[in-house]
Amino acid sequence: MKQFINFIKKEFIHIIRDKRTLFILIAMPMMQILIFGFALTNEVKNTHFAVIDLSKDEVSKKLISQMNASSYFEYVGDAGSYKQLESSFRKGKIRLGVIIPENFGKNFQGQMGTTIQFIADASDPNVANTLVNYATAIVGDFEKSAYSTRSMPFSITTETRMMYNPQLKGAYNFVPGVMAMVLLLVCTMMTALTVVREKELGTMEIMLVSPVKPIRVIIAKAIPYLIVSFFNITSILLLSTFVLDVPIKGNIVLLFSESILFTILALSLGLLISSTTDSQQTAMFISLVGMFLPTIMLSGFMFPIENMPLPLRIISNIVPAKWYFIIVRSVMIKGVGLKYVWKETLILIGMSCFFMMMAIKKFKLRLG
Amino acid sequence: MRKLAFILQKEFRQIFRNPSIIRVIFIMPIMQLIILPNAADYEIKNINLHVVDHDNTSLSRRLVENIRATGYFKIEDYGSDRTAGLEAVERDKADIILEIPNSFEKTLVREEKAKLMISVNAINGVKGGLGGAYLNTMIRQFNEDIRTEWMPPAKTQQGSMIKSTSTFWFNPSMNYKFFMVPGILVLLLTMVGSNLAAINIVREKEIGTIEQINVSPVKKYQFILGKLIPFWVIGIVVMTIGFVIAWLFYGIIPLGSYLTVYVFAAVYLLVILGIGLLISNYSSTQQQAMLVSFFLMMIFVLMSGLYTSIESMPEWAKWIAHLNPVSYFIEVIRRVVLKGASLSDVNYELGIVFIYAIAVNTWAIISYRKRH
Repeated sequence: MKQFINFIKKEFIHIIRDKRTLFILIAMPMMQILIFGFALTNEVKNTHFAVIDLSKDEVSKKLISQMNASSYFEYVGDAGSYKQLESSFRKGKIRLGVIIPENFGKNFQGQMGTTIQFIADASDPNVANTLVNYATAIVGDFEKSAYSTRSMPFSITTETRMMYNPQLKGAYNFVPGVMAMVLLLVCTMMTALTVVREKELGTMEIMLVSPVKPIRVIIAKAIPYLIVSFFNITSILLLSTFVLDVPIKGNIVLLFSESILFTILALSLGLLISSTTDSQQTAMFISLVGMFLPTIMLSGFMFPIENMPLPLRIISNIVPAKWYFIIVRSVMIKGVGLKYVWKETLILIGMSCFFMMMAIKKFKLRLG
Repeated sequence: MRKLAFILQKEFRQIFRNPSIIRVIFIMPIMQLIILPNAADYEIKNINLHVVDHDNTSLSRRLVENIRATGYFKIEDYGSDRTAGLEAVERDKADIILEIPNSFEKTLVREEKAKLMISVNAINGVKGGLGGAYLNTMIRQFNEDIRTEWMPPAKTQQGSMIKSTSTFWFNPSMNYKFFMVPGILVLLLTMVGSNLAAINIVREKEIGTIEQINVSPVKKYQFILGKLIPFWVIGIVVMTIGFVIAWLFYGIIPLGSYLTVYVFAAVYLLVILGIGLLISNYSSTQQQAMLVSFFLMMIFVLMSGLYTSIESMPEWAKWIAHLNPVSYFIEVIRRVVLKGASLSDVNYELGIVFIYAIAVNTWAIISYRKRH
């Protein structure tokens, strides 16, 4: 046991001696949570639009300025012609074109009926749909304000309440997501690299001939990162509560325990990768290039999993970040207890055990 | 020149000697490009709707039936218990609760207006927002139907004066994959390139072979070029494979010319590799290099406009995005593929990336020191 503790000490010294790495390890998650917490949003805001105003009267000008006044749109000018409009689209200057027909004001005030055409850049079909919806709503409001006296009979109105996230802040979704990514990738990569590094440099041999059991040598490598992760979890949660205004609604002890469980999973995965590779370059490629995009895209934090085709929904089950993301979102944002996330917790425990056992098994094979 | 040729020979050999790295360089991006774009589907369907119907009249049932028939919503449960609805949301079984108040039909008939309550699980803002918007559209539609049925025909003329029509350019089939595949290709290319470069020089430092190069008459710029060129070739190959996959699996053929994309990619790769070499120069262990590279990569990827639009970001974040070379390539490749942009349409972006390439690589050459 004493030897084991000495090994852990050794690993600690390794990390502490390399000040630059330590600094990055601790500062990186904090910076990322701040940048992404504020910057990432799925909202549509300040979208540039141009018009082709064929009537150029008071009413059309009023409509344009009303669109410009909304937070969704920003007016960049009159394109004049379709050709010019298309060129602006191709240069990426605008995402929406508004065609106002001739005699717009006259027909509108004379209650003759008139048609506005929206042309949306459907490169991103989703944003295009949203833009057209917003623009249509603005035109509707514009009309209503012009004829405030006219009321529609038999109208059903709706009152919409946004639960958990009334301001529709992106941070509510991105904080749990970034947490999952940072913990998983940093821990996996760092453990995989430290072990492989010793193999590459040949110092692994020296450790393996020591009286300490090989598995303990390996676990000793992972423990300092567990402690670093503990720091990171704390700093992320502090920042998200006090700077990003994403409150922790649920039990904080539960949240921490789940995070540490997830860290252990990541460390085991790192050990598994390290026991199957023998160059740092390969280890890093697997843990970074191999896991980065799948973690972003299949964990449910960028794209809702229930929308995916069946094969991908099945594949997403083996992405550990998916389960952790569900847990954090439930506990932190919705404030529910273990009763609601025990299934996900069990899956994480199962995965950790599996990775750990595989790592040990592979490791023994190498020695034999 | 001959010296450079020798260095190139050495670098290529070094890369191709390790079969496992070759496998990961090519197979991992290919697999990801085949699988991942399928996950990227923002089209909201199968929204789980929990209906709490306190009214339970033929009208309320008709409303629910109308909503179900559109295919966007799955009726998760239909009951009259409010807490059951909240519970379903907490368990992630329902995304939206539609609450129909007591005597909904009666109120609508007598007072000519009635109100419905919609509660949306808005943790994922997009899904919440879009789901709520769809539901509102359907209720409006239902409202129109009721109105035309219930009102004398003469009065129905009072519809709205302004009609809005919409046209969708550049992607009329509204295929989200056309939007995502080129972007993901750029990311894969970026990750492969920058990681290879970032770990390379530092690896020679760690193993000690760099000393041998340092005592040789190889010039700094020759050394850096010798590192750049092989990775540049690998990058171009990865991109070509990517375009083949985009064509085979997704039927994506750029509307513009491949030449535009390749010209841009040629310059862009220099930037990415240059950044990698810079990281390598300043690191003393591969681990350090990886960590820095990972840090940059995460910012590059999430601030690239691939997933969330740059226009919606706050001012300071836009600045970060403008410093991010990845955002330029994603913007350009999308424009070329979907809108058929030509070289002259993207000259601004090309100029920026060009300046970037020169700056980064000059820095890499200067910062590489033969002495330690």
